[in-house]
Amino acid sequence: MPDRRTPPKGKYTADRNIPGAFEGESVTRRRVMVLSAHGAGAVATMAFLLPALGFAAGSSVFERPQVRWQSIGKPEDFPDDVYVPKVITTVAGIGEVGKTTVFVRRYNPDIDSVKYQEFVVLTSRCMHLGCPVRYTEAAQRFICPCHGGVYDFEGKVDGGPPVRPLDRFYNRIRNGEVEVGPRYSVNGDLDRFPSYRDPAQDLDGIGQYLYPGRFSTPKQ
Amino acid sequence: MKLKLPTPPLPTALQPKPKRPGESEKVGPVDQAKEAGISAVDWVDERTSLSGGLRWMMFRKIPKGTNWFYTLGSATLFAFLSQAVTGVVLAMYYDPSATRAYESTRYLTNEVFLGEFVRGMHRWGSSVMVILIFLHMGRVFFFGAYKYPRELNWIIGVVLLILTMTMSFTGYLLPFDQRSYWATIVGVNINGSAPFAGPFLSDFLRGGAEFGATTLSRFYAIHMLVVPGLLAALIGAHLYLVARLGTTAPPWLKANEPTEFSRERV
Repeated sequence: MPDRRTPPKGKYTADRNIPGAFEGESVTRRRVMVLSAHGAGAVATMAFLLPALGFAAGSSVFERPQVRWQSIGKPEDFPDDVYVPKVITTVAGIGEVGKTTVFVRRYNPDIDSVKYQEFVVLTSRCMHLGCPVRYTEAAQRFICPCHGGVYDFEGKVDGGPPVRPLDRFYNRIRNGEVEVGPRYSVNGDLDRFPSYRDPAQDLDGIGQYLYPGRFSTPKQ
Repeated sequence: MKLKLPTPPLPTALQPKPKRPGESEKVGPVDQAKEAGISAVDWVDERTSLSGGLRWMMFRKIPKGTNWFYTLGSATLFAFLSQAVTGVVLAMYYDPSATRAYESTRYLTNEVFLGEFVRGMHRWGSSVMVILIFLHMGRVFFFGAYKYPRELNWIIGVVLLILTMTMSFTGYLLPFDQRSYWATIVGVNINGSAPFAGPFLSDFLRGGAEFGATTLSRFYAIHMLVVPGLLAALIGAHLYLVARLGTTAPPWLKANEPTEFSRERV
């Protein structure tokens, strides 16, 4: 850096021979005006930009939808050695797009390693990338048509690319009917994660820290 | 020996008539129209100085060896323009609501005059644009045209590539048939597999935890408004830098040595 030709004369504008300088003034009025104009511009920009961003992202990321309980039939409709497919509505008001298939059976102590509730309600959403799996009775397995994911009778991964067992749904019996509630995720040991994750999000090992639970989990 | 045939004479009706002495220059309607056009252009140019910028953009010096590979960028630009025009007219019939999207797509394809053709141009044109981008990118890479001082233009080009992919991803949902729906489910879940940010990114794309009523309108807004504006602005910056920095010669051409140096060596 070359030396300044004239050394600074002091922090007051009056020392620098600036016309109209006030006594004890350390910042020129021109500089104050420039900064306040820029500041006003920044405030005005933020005043429309922040609400717009919040509007676009806020409710989709932070809003917690209400829990819906839907009746799917009488308890005696569901045996404990075969899955019964049932269609439930996950999003109301958009027709067929808002519906999804669940596979339902009674808890079976000979097969199930954990017991959460009286009924086992598995999602049809593949845990690889979300394609619809189908229960194949002859193989007693769930098979995904997209990339060949295979799950065993309990919903655990048996082969292919899925990263964790099939998601499950909370269920209860009200007025003699089986009702299906919100979804929950399980990891490889069938430990329960009430804030359900999207497919492709691993919940074993480091995965449970890489994919935090979302704010949009339904209210319990 | 080259054979030279005499040119046949013009018929008398087409021969220009010589001016008679004393007759003033005749001003026909064509000359008047020409004059009016020139003065209109002059009027704009006097107030904007646009002609200087146009000359700067259109009449550039290009290196020796410039060949057909150098047209891939312009080809991509024309693919983008075609997508923009067909997209705007498709939006005149399309209805981005979960219950009406499929039906309106079916209507504009099957019932509207030229509907299948225009939708086909938009649908296949998107693939053509992606292919042209990769060919253009390959040309720039193999000709070494990304090197100093053109690195920034390469970076802008990569952003344009990503934005084009965003257009392809968001546009794929809009027909709202089974293929669109499941491809979007898979695509959003791929986005969701990013560590830490993934779960929130997929929520943002879907407009919630589940594929819902707002997913389609969200994709439509991104496809129609957000990304095309960014694309157009960045294409402008890309072209400005091309004109500012000039194009590179193909790598197989050696630079000519200045004549005084070669004379010294002798």
